[in-house]
Amino acid sequence: MQTYLGPPQLPSDDKRWKIVDATARRYGREPHALIETLHTVQETFGYLDEIALRFVAATLRVPLSRVYGAATFYHFFTLKPQGKHTCVVCTGTACYIKGAPALLSAIERQHGIKPGQTTPDGELSLVTARCLGSCGLAPAAVMDGAVLGKIAPTEMLARIQKGMHP
Amino acid sequence: MTIEELRKIAESEREAQNKFSHHVCVCMAAGCQSSGAADVRDALLKEVAESGMRNEVHVKGVGCMGLCSAGPLVAVETDGKMYANVTPDEAPEIVRDLDTGADSLKQLSAEDPFFRRQRKIVLENSGVIDPERIEDYIAHDGYFALVHAITELTPLEVIQQILKSGLRGRGGAGYPTGLKWSTVAKTGEQKKYVVCNADEGDPGAFMDRAVLESDPHRVLEGMAIGAYAVGAQKGYVYVRAEYPLAVKNLKTAIRQAERLGLLGNDIAGSGFSFHVDIRLGAGAFVCGEETALMASIEGKRGTPRPRPPYPAQEGLWGCPTLINNVETFANVAPILRHGPEWFAAIGTEKSKGTKVFALAGQVSNTGLIEVPMGITLREIIHEIGGGVPDGRKFKAVQTGGPSGGCIPEEHLDSPVDYESLARVGSIMGSGGMIVMDETSCMVDVAKYFTDFCRSESCGKCVPCRAGTEQMYGLLCKIAASQATEADLALLEELCDLVRNTSLCGLGQSSPNGVLTTLRYFRKEYEAHIAGQPCGACRPEKEAEL
Repeated sequence: MQTYLGPPQLPSDDKRWKIVDATARRYGREPHALIETLHTVQETFGYLDEIALRFVAATLRVPLSRVYGAATFYHFFTLKPQGKHTCVVCTGTACYIKGAPALLSAIERQHGIKPGQTTPDGELSLVTARCLGSCGLAPAAVMDGAVLGKIAPTEMLARIQKGMHP
Repeated sequence: MTIEELRKIAESEREAQNKFSHHVCVCMAAGCQSSGAADVRDALLKEVAESGMRNEVHVKGVGCMGLCSAGPLVAVETDGKMYANVTPDEAPEIVRDLDTGADSLKQLSAEDPFFRRQRKIVLENSGVIDPERIEDYIAHDGYFALVHAITELTPLEVIQQILKSGLRGRGGAGYPTGLKWSTVAKTGEQKKYVVCNADEGDPGAFMDRAVLESDPHRVLEGMAIGAYAVGAQKGYVYVRAEYPLAVKNLKTAIRQAERLGLLGNDIAGSGFSFHVDIRLGAGAFVCGEETALMASIEGKRGTPRPRPPYPAQEGLWGCPTLINNVETFANVAPILRHGPEWFAAIGTEKSKGTKVFALAGQVSNTGLIEVPMGITLREIIHEIGGGVPDGRKFKAVQTGGPSGGCIPEEHLDSPVDYESLARVGSIMGSGGMIVMDETSCMVDVAKYFTDFCRSESCGKCVPCRAGTEQMYGLLCKIAASQATEADLALLEELCDLVRNTSLCGLGQSSPNGVLTTLRYFRKEYEAHIAGQPCGACRPEKEAEL
């Protein structure tokens, strides 16, 4: 039988690990805190890497396979670092029939990236969302946290340009 | 907290509000915020301060007013004026008109069918109260139903009221709420849970989000009443991480309710305790299915499991669990407050009350509406929605999200209730309603929904995982005019198989989009197969996605 030696050490001195650890602690390091803890990792680090997955597994005493399973099952989690700027295009039904595909192809033509990709210089990531819930404003997109409603392709490109080079 | 204390809070809040002669409400829900509502509010506050009217005019941020397409919206509560598409520059005129009573800006009319045809129960406080202040909710009769229920009614009496009201689950399936409650109540277990399903995954649906953003206390009150009725001590709200404002307002609401002793230990001195916690979803559509949702709360991958046992018998961590949708819980307090007979008088024989819909797509007025059950689709689209814009022709309305179907012109006169929508091949669903005009190709729409179901399939059962993939492949072939008649027959056979053999609701309903478009728009499929124009396909539609 293995003896439980208490929670593991934080992976590094990076203060952000303390925030992650605080979430785990708040739920008593119970296995059911897995998704909440992964949320905190993504919020503080921007993505989930192997070090983070191993740490979460150890601190919640959950098999690494289950942590990896959850991290890849849920679309919200990403295992790759995101670009400096993120553009989210909504592909919900209302946005789809009102021109979301045109937004995506305009961005692809201009920046050479498809949904889920980041430009080679790490400046811009393009992401699609299932539905932002801004259907009244379709087509909708989010550039670095700012929601843009009823947006046309040319305007979209202009906003991306403005966001990247203010 | 007794009824008396609650009344005192309500009175002092009303008194404080009555000191102002004008209330200017700015919609701060997500839709209007993305149209620039925060700047409008700041401009109004600045204008009020500069013109020295701080003691007469109260500017407050409120929840969703419904007409998202005309945002940012500003309403003057005292004289019933409503302004659309407000810019910060218009603030001086709005404030000046308060004083003089003049109408120098264009306004929306309250007589507009968009407002007149609605009947608000769930949304009665949306766009009226400040969602971040519990006092405002209490001043609008909030929490009286909860305190009344736990101090004066037995759990059985509460359940009987819900049963008598005829309320049915608003998540889509329409299971009688009172029946569900009594099943959970009857289990002899000590430990039980209440879960609020706010994982609104349907693309094109934003009802739950608006309720949580605009009136979060209403949901908490409904959950607490439900917990008292079934004997639960702990509740979870499972809400999408994609709704940051809803999460924020909900967190604030829980904290405020705990501070006033309306949630927590020994509520109203009755010995009844109820704690609520929030769990964030992580972008998995299947987690809207109740067994998958529970797996997700337990920190696992959100895969459904066979029922029975139903959550009411064996739910979270094996304990009996009551799961209801946001809108269902939001109906509970009004039913207790006005009586079940009042509620049962609204709607049709089998579908009582109202339903909130998110109206979007190719329709003039997009936004959030609440209508009595039994209203026809035509009234919703052509009167409330103002019809299809730009002189184009209506083609179909899609209800129920990826699990629903497309309803054509000839069925627009069918009433909106659970049974009628099922009869025409669609479902009530959670309330997304997307209008399509002649520019939408129905094969493309079916392809879109099948693509959605295929990528959202959790992969547990084969018919859904592999079947939707094959359906998508066939639809791509048809859309690209590379298919034969045999492919169409195969597609229909697959639909039948996936529908009848999948494990959960996602799989079983995933062929609905294909089946309804085949039923009503078969000509478009045949045109694609024959390599002829279907009448709608636009070059840009052929692009990515």
